Amino acid sequence: MRLMTSLLAATALVSALSGAAYAKTLVYCSEGSPEGFDPAPYTAGTTFDASGRTIYNRLTEFEHGKTSVVPGLAESWDISEDGLEYTFHLRPGVKFQTTDFFTPTRDMNADDVIFSFTRQGDETSPWYQYTPGISWEYYNGMSMPDLIKEMVKVDDLTVKFVLNRPEAPMIANLAMDFASIMSKEYADKLEAEGKMELLNQQPVGTGPYTFVAYQQDAVIRYKANPDYWAGKQAIDDLVFAITTDAAVRRQKLEAGECHIMPYPAPADVEALKGNSNLVVGEKEGLNVGYLAYNTQQAPFDKAEVRTALNMAIDKQAIIDAVFQGSGQIAKNPIPPTMWSYNDAVEDDAYDPEAAKAMLAEAGVADLSMKIWAMPVQRPYNPNARRMAELMQADLAKIGVTVEIVSYEWGEYLDRSKASDRDGAVLLGWTGDNGDPDNFLAVLLGCDGIGGSNRAQWCDPEFEDLIQKAKVVSDPAERTALYEAAQVEFKKEAPWLTIAHSKVFMPMSTKVKGFVMDPLGYHRFDDVDIEE
Amino acid sequence: MLRFFLNKLLLIVPTLIGITIVAFAFVRLLPGDPILLLAGERGVTPERYQKLLMQFGFDRPIWEQYFQYVLGLLQGDFGISISTKREVISEFLARFPATVELSFFAIIFATVVGIPAGIISAVKRGSTVDQTVMGLALTGYSMPIFWWGLLLIIFFSGMLHWTPVSGRIDLLYFFPSVTGFMTVDALLSGQKGAFGSAMSHLTLPAIVLGTIPLAVIARQTRSAMLEVLGEDYVRTARAKGLSSLRVVGLHALRNALIPVITTIGLQVGVLMAGAILTETIFSWPGIGKWMIDSISRRDYPVVQGGLVLVSIIVMMVNLFVDVLYGLINPRIRHQ
Amino acid sequence: MTDTSPAGTTPKVDKQVSTPDERTKNAAADVSREVGYAPTTRLEMALELWHYFRQNQGAMLGLAVFGAIVTVAVFAGVFAPYPPNEQYRDALLAPPMWQEGGSLSFILGTDAVGRDILSRLIHGARYSLFIGIIVVMISLVSGIFVGLVAGYFRGWVDTLIMRVMDVILAFPSLLLALVLVAILGPSLMNAMIAIAIVYQPHFARLTRAAVMSEYNRDYVTSARLAGAGHLRLMFLTILPNCLAPLIVQGTLSFSNAILDIAALGFLGMGAQPPTPEWGTMLAEAREFILRAWWVVTFPGLAILITVLAINLMGDGMRDALDPKLKKS
Repeated sequence: MRLMTSLLAATALVSALSGAAYAKTLVYCSEGSPEGFDPAPYTAGTTFDASGRTIYNRLTEFEHGKTSVVPGLAESWDISEDGLEYTFHLRPGVKFQTTDFFTPTRDMNADDVIFSFTRQGDETSPWYQYTPGISWEYYNGMSMPDLIKEMVKVDDLTVKFVLNRPEAPMIANLAMDFASIMSKEYADKLEAEGKMELLNQQPVGTGPYTFVAYQQDAVIRYKANPDYWAGKQAIDDLVFAITTDAAVRRQKLEAGECHIMPYPAPADVEALKGNSNLVVGEKEGLNVGYLAYNTQQAPFDKAEVRTALNMAIDKQAIIDAVFQGSGQIAKNPIPPTMWSYNDAVEDDAYDPEAAKAMLAEAGVADLSMKIWAMPVQRPYNPNARRMAELMQADLAKIGVTVEIVSYEWGEYLDRSKASDRDGAVLLGWTGDNGDPDNFLAVLLGCDGIGGSNRAQWCDPEFEDLIQKAKVVSDPAERTALYEAAQVEFKKEAPWLTIAHSKVFMPMSTKVKGFVMDPLGYHRFDDVDIEE
Repeated sequence: MLRFFLNKLLLIVPTLIGITIVAFAFVRLLPGDPILLLAGERGVTPERYQKLLMQFGFDRPIWEQYFQYVLGLLQGDFGISISTKREVISEFLARFPATVELSFFAIIFATVVGIPAGIISAVKRGSTVDQTVMGLALTGYSMPIFWWGLLLIIFFSGMLHWTPVSGRIDLLYFFPSVTGFMTVDALLSGQKGAFGSAMSHLTLPAIVLGTIPLAVIARQTRSAMLEVLGEDYVRTARAKGLSSLRVVGLHALRNALIPVITTIGLQVGVLMAGAILTETIFSWPGIGKWMIDSISRRDYPVVQGGLVLVSIIVMMVNLFVDVLYGLINPRIRHQ
Repeated sequence: MTDTSPAGTTPKVDKQVSTPDERTKNAAADVSREVGYAPTTRLEMALELWHYFRQNQGAMLGLAVFGAIVTVAVFAGVFAPYPPNEQYRDALLAPPMWQEGGSLSFILGTDAVGRDILSRLIHGARYSLFIGIIVVMISLVSGIFVGLVAGYFRGWVDTLIMRVMDVILAFPSLLLALVLVAILGPSLMNAMIAIAIVYQPHFARLTRAAVMSEYNRDYVTSARLAGAGHLRLMFLTILPNCLAPLIVQGTLSFSNAILDIAALGFLGMGAQPPTPEWGTMLAEAREFILRAWWVVTFPGLAILITVLAINLMGDGMRDALDPKLKKS
C-alpha cells in the first residue's frame, strides 16, 4: 500500500514536471517598471503595456495592428441623431479573472462600466482618492468631466452615456487605457476590507492575461486567462523582464534570456537585423516632430515666408544625422499609419535658391530669428539641439541668421505656449487614440492658441473643416474632411513638418503573430511561440 | 555605557534636523516644475494646475511645507511618489532588501578575501607576496568600479557565458517573496537550482561592490597586524618558542581585528555610493538605481525621502559601529 | 607595497588606511609634534621629505607615471594624432592596431562615430588633471577658511560650522553630488563644484584639528602678545604650520575627484558629450560592450592608471611625513 502511494506520488510529480516543461512561456524584456497596475491614473506607455493591454478590456478596442476601433466589451452601440447619446450593448457572459486574491461570483455588467468611470469623475466617490495623491490625468486630459453629462444603467447589459456636446472621437476615446473596465465586485470587496490601495497592486480585469505577481523593478508574471471571452491565449505564461538599459536588453535577447524587446538603440538595429536568430519588426510611430513658427509674429505671419523657410531646410540631412535611419520625413501633421492620412499632399521641395527668391519677393531681407530647441530626448526628436544646429546651417545659406535658445524642459513647455513668443519652436506630439482629431484639433485648432497650438495659428477654413469632422460620426465623411484639412495646412504652412520616428522591435524567430502596433502599444494577445 | 550611548544618540539629533533641511531645500531648488513635467506636451489647464498644486501641497508657504514635511516624517510619512502615486516608504522598503542583500555579499566577499590577504601580507612583510598583495590592494582602491563592472561583464558574461548579464534570478524560478532577499527566498522555496541561480546572479555585482572595501580591509588588516606583532606580549610569546601559527592565530589576530571591525562598519557609506553605480550597471533593482531614476524623473518626494532614509541608515550603522567599538574597547568610552 | 618598520611605541591604533580623513589626522598630529621638537627651516623640511619619498619605489613609480601623464596632457596637441572630436565616417568602431582589422592609423581603434580613441584619451588627460586641480583648489581653500574660523574662534561659531559639516558628511558622497548636479544642471563645471562641496568638510575638519593643537603653542602666544591681529594670527602664524596633513589630504582628494567626476560623467551628470572626458567616454561606449571591447576598456584603464599613480604618490608622501618611519 505504501509502495502504491509513493508510486502514485512519483507519477504525479513527473506529470506535474512535464506539464511545466510544456508550458509555453514568452519573455518580454520591457523597458521600464509600470507606475502601477490601475491604468487610469497614469500616462506612460510602459504602464499601459503592463496593465491596460494585458489585464484589462474596454468597451471598444483598437483593432490589432491598426488605429481603427472595433467592439470590445460592448458588442455594439447606437449613437443618437444629435450625437449626444451613446448606448452600449454589453457582451454577455464576460468573466472577470479568478486569481489567488479574488474569485468573481458574477459576470461583467453595467455596474462595472459605470463604476469604472464614476471613480474618475465623481469627487464624492470613495475611489476618487483611493490612494493619496492619485489623479486622473487622461480622464481630465480628454475633457471627460465636461463631456459626460451622465451615465445611465438601462439594464444589466445596457449602458447609456449622455454627452453635453457631440464628440465624434468618443468611440476612440473609450478604447484608451483610462477607460479600462474594472470589477466593481472586486472594488467593493477591497473597500469593505479597507485595502483599497490593492486595486493598484493586485489587478483584476477581463483581459487576455491574468496577473500573477510583480517583483519591484524586476519581473511581472502573467498567465493566460482561461476564461477569456475571445478564447484562451496560445502562450501559457507571459513574463515581463524589466530591463531599463537598451544595451542590456540587447544582450539578453541575443543570449536567449528573452524573446522580444522594445526600443533597441538606433545604432544596434543594423547588427540585430544581421542576426539570423532574430527578426526586427519596424513601424512608423504614431507621432510627429515639427517646427512651429509663431504665425502672429512678423514676418512669420505671411505664409510665403514660412513656406520659403520650409524649402530651405534639408529634411533628409536631419533624418540621417539626427534620427540615424530611425525616422522618416513628415509632410503632413499626422503620421502615415493614421486613417485619413492624405498621401496626395506634395511636400515642399528642398530648394534653397527658390527659397531665397521667395523671401526676396516677400520683401524680407536680413532676417534673423530664434529657434527653440528642447533640452530632452523625445520619441519624435532624439536630439533637438543637433537638429537646430542643422537648421541653423541650412538657413544661413539663404541669408537667415538663427539663434538657438533652450530652457529647462518644464519651462520650455510653458514658455513656448505664449502667443507673443519670439521664434519658432521645435516640438512634437505622440497620439493617444489614433483619431486625427487628437492631432489636428489639439495642435492646430483655434482653441489651442496660447496653449497646445504652438504656431498660434487660427485659419478659418481649416478650423471649419476640423470642427465639422468632430461632430459627424460617419467615418467616410470624416476622412474626406480631414484630407481637405491637410491640404489647407500644407498651403498655409504654420509648421515645418519634420519627421515621424520609426519604431523597431527585435524578436526571436520563434515568436509568431506579434503585430507592430501603430499606437505604440506592445500587445501580446494572439501571440504564439514555437518550442 | 548607557551614558556613552545616549551621548552619541544626542549628538545625532542636530545632524538629523540638518539632513531634513538639506533634503527639503535641495528638492525645492531642483529646476523644473514637476506638474508641468508630468503633463509633458499634453499640458494642463490653469484650473487643473492649481488643483494639482494644492494636491501636492506646493501652494503653501515654504516654511509651512517644511513643517508639514517634518511632522509627516515623525509619523513615518515620507511623502507620495509623483510618478507611481505610491508611498515613498513602501517603494523604499520594496527595494531595500535587494540593496542589503547585495551589500551583505559584497562585505562578506571583502572580508573573507581581505583579512587573510592582510594577514599574509603582514606575516610575510617585505616579501614579494606582501608587495603583490599590497600592490593589488592599492589598485583595487584606485578602481573606477563602474568600469570594473563592465569589464567583468564583457569577460564572464560576454566571452565565457558563465554568469548572467543582469537581474537577480533566472526567470525560470518563481516563488513568492517572503523576506525580499532572493537567496533566502530561493532556499525557502525548496526549488532545485533556485539558490544557485540567485547566487550566480549575485556574484559579479557583489565582487564589483566589494572591491574597494576589500582593498581597504586588506590594508587595514596588514597595518593592524604589524602593530600587534610588534607588541611586547607577542614578542614574548615568540621568544617562548610558540609556533608562529599560534602566535599569529591566537594572540595577534584577536587584537588586530578590533580596528578592522570598525573599518568594516565604516564601509557602509562607501557601499551606498558604490551601490548607485553597481546597481546601474547590473540593472539591480535596489535603492541606488531607484534614486538615480527618480532624480532623472524629478520625482521630488522620492529624492527627498530617499536622501533622508539613506543617510539615516548610514548614520545608524555608524552609531552602531561606534557603540560596538566602545563595548570592545573601554578606553574609547571614557575619552 | 612599502615596507613598514616594526611598530613604534605609540599604543594607539594605527589608522593608516581606515579613512582618508583619519589617515591624515594622524600625520597632522605627528608632524606638529615633529615641528615642536625640532624647529627646522621649511626648506630643510622639504628636503628631508624628498629624501624619504625617494626611498619609496612605489611612490617614485607613481611620480614617474604621473609626470608622463602631465606631459602628455600639457602637450596634448603635439602627442595626439588627430583632433579629439574629428569623426572619420569610413572607420567606425575600427579595432586597435594589433587586432585583426586594425590599422596603424588608429592605434587604439575608433569609437562609434569614428573618432580616434587615443587622441580622445590624450585630450581627456587634460580634463582629468584640470578637474583634480580645480576640485582640490575649491575644497582646499574653502575648507581651510571654514576650518580656520571654527578652530580659531571656537564657541558657537565652531559648533555651528561643525554641525553643518556633519550634515554634509552624513550623506553618501556620490548621492549628494548627484543631487547637487541635478540642481545645478549637468555640466563639467557643476559636477566639479558639487564634488568640491562634498569634499570640503574633510579639509575643514583637518584644519580645525590642526589649528586647535597649534593654538596654545608658545609661538602663537608670543605672536598674540606682540599684538598680531586675528587675521594675521590665523593666516600667517598658524596656517603655515598646519599644511602637512592638508597636503596629504589634497593628494587623496585629487585622485578621488578624478574617480568621482568620471562616475558622474558615466551616469550622464558630469561632462557632456562630445567632451572627451574619460567617464563620459565610458558612458557613450556602454552600449558597445559586447561588440567593441576597446571603446570600453581604454578609457577605464586611463582612469585607473592615473588614479593609481596619484595614490602611490599619496602613500609615499604619507609615509615620508610619518615620523615613525623616519626613526628606523
